[in-house]
Amino acid sequence: MSFINYSSREINCKLVYYGPGLCGKTTNLQYIYNKTRPEAKGKMISLATETERTLFFDFLPLSLGEIRGFKTRFHLYTVPGQVFYDASRKLILKGVDGVCFVADSQEERMEANIESLDNLRINLNEQGYDLDKIPYVIQWNKRDLPNAVPVNILSRECNPTGVPEFEAVAVSGQGVFDTLKALAKQVLAELRKGT
Amino acid sequence: MLNPQLVMYDEEQKQIEKIASKLHRDSRSKTILLVDKNGQLIASAGEVSHLDTTSLSSLVAGNVAATGGIAKLIEEDEFTGQYHEGKGISIHLTLVGRRAILVVLFDKNTTHGLVRLRVRKASAELAKIFEELALKAASTPMPSVFDEITDEDIDNLFND
Repeated sequence: MSFINYSSREINCKLVYYGPGLCGKTTNLQYIYNKTRPEAKGKMISLATETERTLFFDFLPLSLGEIRGFKTRFHLYTVPGQVFYDASRKLILKGVDGVCFVADSQEERMEANIESLDNLRINLNEQGYDLDKIPYVIQWNKRDLPNAVPVNILSRECNPTGVPEFEAVAVSGQGVFDTLKALAKQVLAELRKGT
Repeated sequence: MLNPQLVMYDEEQKQIEKIASKLHRDSRSKTILLVDKNGQLIASAGEVSHLDTTSLSSLVAGNVAATGGIAKLIEEDEFTGQYHEGKGISIHLTLVGRRAILVVLFDKNTTHGLVRLRVRKASAELAKIFEELALKAASTPMPSVFDEITDEDIDNLFND
């Protein structure tokens, strides 16, 4: 959960990008990193294998400016998507304030999306969270690929609760900031509710 | 919720910083960091200007979380301490009240034994403060500043 420091007047929140292997979670963070002013970001850390598959997590700290005199800091994390890294995924969800599920729009990855979503729900439950009660957005990534499934079908299969969803092409940046903004807004709105 | 929101007030922040400074001095270490288990830096003492404390905090928390996962797998409750030995600088990590991680960076100026000895006392004092903080946060309503956040305020954060 968020860390509110009245002494230094800071709000710190943790956002996690979740999704199946190779869906573009790290690409989202890399794009955000590349397009953010130097003074607003910290170093991006990737704990990855030699083939650049996420091994433990990617981490990107962002400062978005002040809100009512409080500095807002967001810590963005990705999880390793491959099925066998489940223990690591659980650890990264600890203390999460908001989740972005990055779905791979390609037809052949539909099953992987659904499996990863189920896994997200289970892992959140283990930490005492309910996906239906925390800030949550979905990104349909890789919309530019010819085998991309229509959004209405993705939505029916992967977004039964109708949370905010965004079409994206993370490699070119399309939809990346829209997704982040929507999630950050939900997290701050949650704070207003005083949870 | 298993992991409630961490709220820090002026009074406790000062107490924590005082303990961190004392530990820095008494243990003759280079740097002291106090990190929330979720990876946020709470306080620091000693040499920090040359350190990327944000990244360090996140990695330390990841490290402790991974070690906690290992403990669970071998049916151990928790590893309360960790030690990473380097050629020049070593790191001693201690869990404080299951909520925070006390990080001590030290070099040849001191010994691991002295660091451990000083950490033991400091972590007990810190644990007490975190207990008090949890009680205080639970009984103190959030100040109205957060009620007043408008949609426009939130939108403005992204206007650049």
